[in-house]
Amino acid sequence: MDPELKREIMIDNYSNPFHKETKDEKDYIKENGNNVSCIDDINLYIKIDGDIIVDAYFDGDACAISTSSTSIMLKNIIGKNITEVKNYITNFQNMVYEKDYDKNVLGKALVYDEIYKQESRKTCATLPYTALSKIIDKK
Amino acid sequence: MNREDFPMFKQDIIYLDNGATTFKPTSVIDKMVDYYSNYSANAHRGDYSISYKVDVEYEDARRKVARFINADLDEVVFTSGATEAINVIADGFFDNIIEPGDEIIISKSEHASNVLPWFRLANKKGARIIYAPLDTHLHITLEGIKSVITPKTKIISLAEITNVVGDLRPIKEICELAHANDIFVVVDGAQSVPHKITDVKTSDVDFLVFSGHKMCGPTGVGVLYGKKELLEAVNPLILGGGMNESFDSEQEIFLKDIPQRLEAGTPNIAGVLGIGAAIDYLEKIGMDNITVYEQKLKAYLVERLMQLEHITIINEESGSGIVAFNVEDIFSQDVAYYLNKYNVCVRAGNHCAKILKSITGVKNTVRVSLYFYNTYEEIDSLIELLTDKDKIIKEMI
Repeated sequence: MDPELKREIMIDNYSNPFHKETKDEKDYIKENGNNVSCIDDINLYIKIDGDIIVDAYFDGDACAISTSSTSIMLKNIIGKNITEVKNYITNFQNMVYEKDYDKNVLGKALVYDEIYKQESRKTCATLPYTALSKIIDKK
Repeated sequence: MNREDFPMFKQDIIYLDNGATTFKPTSVIDKMVDYYSNYSANAHRGDYSISYKVDVEYEDARRKVARFINADLDEVVFTSGATEAINVIADGFFDNIIEPGDEIIISKSEHASNVLPWFRLANKKGARIIYAPLDTHLHITLEGIKSVITPKTKIISLAEITNVVGDLRPIKEICELAHANDIFVVVDGAQSVPHKITDVKTSDVDFLVFSGHKMCGPTGVGVLYGKKELLEAVNPLILGGGMNESFDSEQEIFLKDIPQRLEAGTPNIAGVLGIGAAIDYLEKIGMDNITVYEQKLKAYLVERLMQLEHITIINEESGSGIVAFNVEDIFSQDVAYYLNKYNVCVRAGNHCAKILKSITGVKNTVRVSLYFYNTYEEIDSLIELLTDKDKIIKEMI
């Protein structure tokens, strides 16, 4: 992907994040995501019906990479079943940590395919995925 | 000024995070290397020449610290830093003094190190934490302190200069007021001792803590100053070698006098020698010169930042070299990442003052904290990088 396009997608998801809202909804599982080495601090709220993630939103304060990554992740997981989401998380983390991964399941999250070049920002990109994993593991 | 004394400046770097730690001059580094290379023995074991030299150098560093803050020699205890020092007095001194219902005055702009030890003490003893009010500039005032003192107040613990707002508190006047009401005053000097003349006799503080690494010294060493009669009453939290006079199998222990009583175990010898060398270095420049220069530089920084419409400064009125600001619509850490691409080091975040946001409504900021080796040219470079908001947004990722 063209670097300029990647940047635009990230900035767009940072400036107008998907489902970033403050509300107090029942039936959502909450998980906090924060990094020891920085000040990113988001809360992820996931609603699971049976085997399907039927809705998700987030709130909090985080950098452009974390915020955009959360926004893109939420767009990618709503409507998917747990198995698909687990596979998606694994492939995203493999991409960031320079292992083999399946491009076909990542969609727009592919904009972070070169984030490994910025060591300190890997944890920004994976922050929402770590929180999502904790929620999935609880199921 | 004096940039040639610092090996770190061989790198192409603009370092504006001196509130976190400072660079070390060659003289400090050399002093520590000299110890490890040429007389690397333990302290207080003066049976042979190199160990005797350690004792002489170690106590000489204590003498330098005492002179630097105008204390007596036995009022200076070496610790691992300001944080440990506050914990030592909270748990080792005030634990015996605080009773249920007593009040401890701090402020919401204090660093975690001057908050959490008091929280623990208050929780343990059933005492109350009282927050001194901050004025519209987020400053502590004498009147504000007066307004929260009650017959139950036992401790006032404040930074002389806070690490985010950077206001210089009227410590001498606060001590007068406190002592007239039988209240102890603890001062966190981590952000003030490196930048201005400190005189514990004039201010009459009961306890003062500070760290070596924020004043051109090494990490892992700091100072607890206490008035002698108060230090005498500090219960040593750590027991072991170096702090006891004798003990026997009947478990009878005789402790050394202060300050050694509060320095159990082999101390950070190189660190202590390093802080002594740092004081020599700072005194050569002159603390007054450092204060004056930093204030001029800070005024210039504020003036330039205020010309940028997309920047909001939260503490333009502060009397120190600390400036906290935000760039409109941009997360502080993204500003820091962007500046880092140009080798400019600033801090982003809450700067360990996590309850300040309840007053300011601002959770995170970009913080520039200056020292005497920063230059007007560096400020110009920073301003140039911050001038174009679109450039920041474009390059922050």
